[in-house]
Amino acid sequence: MTVYKAPLRDIRFILKELVHAEQLVDLPGYEEATPDQIDFVLEELAGVCQELLFPLNQSGDEEGCHYEDGVVTTPAGFKEAYAKYVEAGWPAMACDPEYDGMGLPKTVRLLAEEMLSSANLAFSVYPLLTTGAYTAIFKHGTDELKRAYLPRMVEGSWSGTMCLTEAHCGTDLGLVRTRAIPQDDGSYRVTGSKIFISSGEHDFTENIIHLVLARLPDAPSGTRGISLFLVPKFLVNEDGSLGERNGVVCGGIEKKMGVSGSSTCVLNFDDAVGHLVGEPNRGMSHMFTMMNAARLGVGMQGLGLAEVAYQNARAYAKERLQGRALREPRYPEREADPLIVHPDVRRMLLTMRANTEGARALAGWVGLNLDLAEHHPDPAVREEAGDLVDLLTPVVKSYFTDHGFLATNLAVQIHGGHGYIRETGVEQFVRDARIAQIWEGANGVQGLDLVGRKLGMHNGRLLRRFFHPVAAYLEAHQNDPLLGEFVAPLAKAFGRLQQATARIAQQGLRDPDEAAAVSSDYLRLFALVALGYMWVQMAEISLERLGIGSSGESRVNGGQATADAAAASVGDPKDVPFYQGKIACARFYFQKLLPETSSLFAVIMAGAAPVMALGDEGF
Amino acid sequence: MEIVVCVKQVVDTEAEKKLLAPDWRLDRQSVENVLNPYDEYAVEEAVRLKEAHGGEVTVLCMGPEDAQSAVRKALAMGADRALMVTDPALAGSDTQGTALALSGALAGLTYDLVILGIMSTDAQTGQLPSALGDILDLPVLTALNMMKFEDGSLTVHRQTDQGYVAYGCGLPAVCSVVKGINEPRYPSLKGIMGAKKKPLETKDLAELGVDTARVGGAGALTKVLSTTAPPPRKAGQKIEDDGTAAQRIVEFLAGEKII
Ligand SMILES: Cc1cc2nc3c(=O)[nH]c(=O)nc-3n(C[C@H](O)[C@H](O)[C@H](O)COP(=O)(O)OP(=O)(O)OC[C@H]3O[C@@H](n4cnc5c(N)ncnc54)[C@H](O)[C@@H]3O)c2cc1C
Ligand SMILES: Cc1cc2nc3c(=O)[nH]c(=O)nc-3n(C[C@H](O)[C@H](O)[C@H](O)COP(=O)(O)OP(=O)(O)OC[C@H]3O[C@@H](n4cnc5c(N)ncnc54)[C@H](O)[C@@H]3O)c2cc1C
Repeated sequence: MTVYKAPLRDIRFILKELVHAEQLVDLPGYEEATPDQIDFVLEELAGVCQELLFPLNQSGDEEGCHYEDGVVTTPAGFKEAYAKYVEAGWPAMACDPEYDGMGLPKTVRLLAEEMLSSANLAFSVYPLLTTGAYTAIFKHGTDELKRAYLPRMVEGSWSGTMCLTEAHCGTDLGLVRTRAIPQDDGSYRVTGSKIFISSGEHDFTENIIHLVLARLPDAPSGTRGISLFLVPKFLVNEDGSLGERNGVVCGGIEKKMGVSGSSTCVLNFDDAVGHLVGEPNRGMSHMFTMMNAARLGVGMQGLGLAEVAYQNARAYAKERLQGRALREPRYPEREADPLIVHPDVRRMLLTMRANTEGARALAGWVGLNLDLAEHHPDPAVREEAGDLVDLLTPVVKSYFTDHGFLATNLAVQIHGGHGYIRETGVEQFVRDARIAQIWEGANGVQGLDLVGRKLGMHNGRLLRRFFHPVAAYLEAHQNDPLLGEFVAPLAKAFGRLQQATARIAQQGLRDPDEAAAVSSDYLRLFALVALGYMWVQMAEISLERLGIGSSGESRVNGGQATADAAAASVGDPKDVPFYQGKIACARFYFQKLLPETSSLFAVIMAGAAPVMALGDEGF
Repeated sequence: MEIVVCVKQVVDTEAEKKLLAPDWRLDRQSVENVLNPYDEYAVEEAVRLKEAHGGEVTVLCMGPEDAQSAVRKALAMGADRALMVTDPALAGSDTQGTALALSGALAGLTYDLVILGIMSTDAQTGQLPSALGDILDLPVLTALNMMKFEDGSLTVHRQTDQGYVAYGCGLPAVCSVVKGINEPRYPSLKGIMGAKKKPLETKDLAELGVDTARVGGAGALTKVLSTTAPPPRKAGQKIEDDGTAAQRIVEFLAGEKII
């Protein structure tokens, strides 16, 4: 039996104390997004996740989806759960009020995506794809298309898909072969075969809206010749009612490593009626406007799985009696000590937790900037925030999902042999986490995106959006005696990141392989610094809350506040262990995790030669 | 039909409960507090009756200011307005004091029906419905797993060990409902966003005209003398199947009077 409780306390800390999400209320369109209101929304969604979706996670994995004659049936309970999810109006969360959305901030949606992924990743894929399709239509569709399709998608009674992949092309979408032929009435006829289409067919909704990448007859080759089409499963009549079945059928579903409750479909388009979304031959760029949001969402999948894995590992480590603490038994009254006393088990738990909480903090910061980028009245602020989001998106996607896989593996390790047994439930987390490293652009491609596109964009402007605040923070706190233990290692790691960046920029210009060969290592180095920047701030806030502020000598007792003083300072006694935990985690992060930047730095400086020396035939 | 639902904020059922000496009050400070899970059924039933017959649902809650979060959840589920009874003098009230305060609040409201949960998950006395009916001098129907309103009167099923007993009753009346009566909805996102805009009034005892001497720890007729944690659960009995497992399981269940 697995457990899950949404990390609402940590989310509240991030929103209220770290990123000051109360500023959202001042943005036009977000007048109702008060901190209180956001809390309430996330609390209720937590209930849905814990009580409705999580209980279906393991059974959904065991059963998987069923396929027969073009029809897909989801695992027992999924359809009913989706109906409740829709009835409560959750699909509308961050959609535009003009199409009946609730218009909540993207920050909220991002954190919601973490909770949904923790509770039931397979289930969460269905609404996530609808959101992706919604976004593409919302940003690039004509008013007519928007009016005809968006309200039903926002409501959740129609779902969406993203149809990019074909058998011979995944990463390299320039190879897309699906064709679209213009018709006299302005519509198109789409023909081709797509594979691996999530939610391509299912029993949740009465209609499914496919967004399909295809080629016009006279299109140039490569990615510049790809257009985006909307192809509904059932045609939609003038009055909004459903008409004939369109020419798209599901040819089968995949058996796969994880997320087995999510249908992964072969979709065959045969002269299917479609509508152009956006401009001809601009499909790739249109797709990318929603891809950023989707990639952040996938990052949250990694984070969500890391969180639920941690919670289960923690519970097990406290309960499973095995061996004795080395110095002396810590629980002599019991037959043996619980696993939690063992240093190596603690190492694993803290590795999970420090990364998870650091990642969540970074998500909060990115989320806030996503909202600033879309809603702030000042174009300069919008640009700055948008730059930061663009820069950090590949970092979030890749690092969070790598962490998701590592953390779920550690959870299995902590469970020992029981973790490897299906019934325990934690091995599912590993299998589910694995896909997040692949879809929405495999993680290797994220590294290339960071190094090849984002670093050089606008003469390094994006990069400065991150480097400047970090440099400013380090400078402002360089002589702070209390924060020294965090600031000093961060400054060192940041220096490595700057040097590595300079090397990649110089060498990469000369030989692109030099940049590409170290791109994944560079992304990881970047992520470790970014999380460090979050952790130093979290440590600062926590010290202050506990009355151990830099100028708070009165309460300081050799750097340790007394329990009473801490309680008095925090106000709410249940918060004392929370802030103490944060400080302990911050120390673990800076002393045990951040040093990886040193080896990454060495790896990056070694450049491409060791990777490229061996000829292809030598493998 | 005008309905009042009484709701209590309780300590999260999953939290470890602590009772604090000297008077063994529940420690509500160091844990999360939530809407009493049994009261969700009461709210759901009230909202369904309203949806079927019109009128409004008022949430009534006695508790400290932060109990507002429980009230807000009830509003998000579809109740229309709320009245909080908040007064420092109420701390340490027993069921009698609670019933006095709630009946004082009800005196200022119009209602055809008062619906409560079967009990709170923290103190679990289950006495309030009866205490309230007694003070208000109204019919009391407890442990209901079905409520139907037709032609001006109420038909209900009262759950028993064997099945149910059907009752009919005129209005107004006080009812308490059990878990099986319905499936509480998840508050809708619209409901959640709208809950804060619904009227929420707070009154103290003076405004309600309730005698402070009869409530709170001082006015309580009962006193908790001491508390003892239950003995730890015995280890379960493992039955290995050597061909007689089914027989032995049946014997075990019969021995425990479960079957
Ligand atoms: C369960 C599941 C659900 C999916 N859902 C959808 C969906 O809903 N819609 C959809 O369109 N697709 C979907 N996909 C497809 C998924 O997005 C692709 O699998 C992914 O983009 C990778 O493409 P590929 O499998 O063709 O791998 P390839 O492109 O063949 O890549 C193989 C490996 O090579 C690396 N690689 C490729 N090109 C380069 C390069 N230029 N430089 C460096 N490394 C490179 C990649 O990083 C990867 O590790 C799904 C896949 C799965 C398994
Ligand atoms: C360990 C412990 C033991 C106790 N034992 C006793 C005892 O034996 N006798 C006694 O008189 N008191 C006792 N009390 C005090 C009791 O907790 C309070 O009187 C409490 O306010 C109401 O009792 P209840 O929670 O048991 O409610 P219940 O009668 O179990 O609740 C039934 C329903 O009444 C409604 N309701 C309950 N409280 C409120 C409220 N504050 N506002 C609005 N609606 C409400 C809800 O709909 C609820 O579902 C005890 C308290 C503790 C902590």
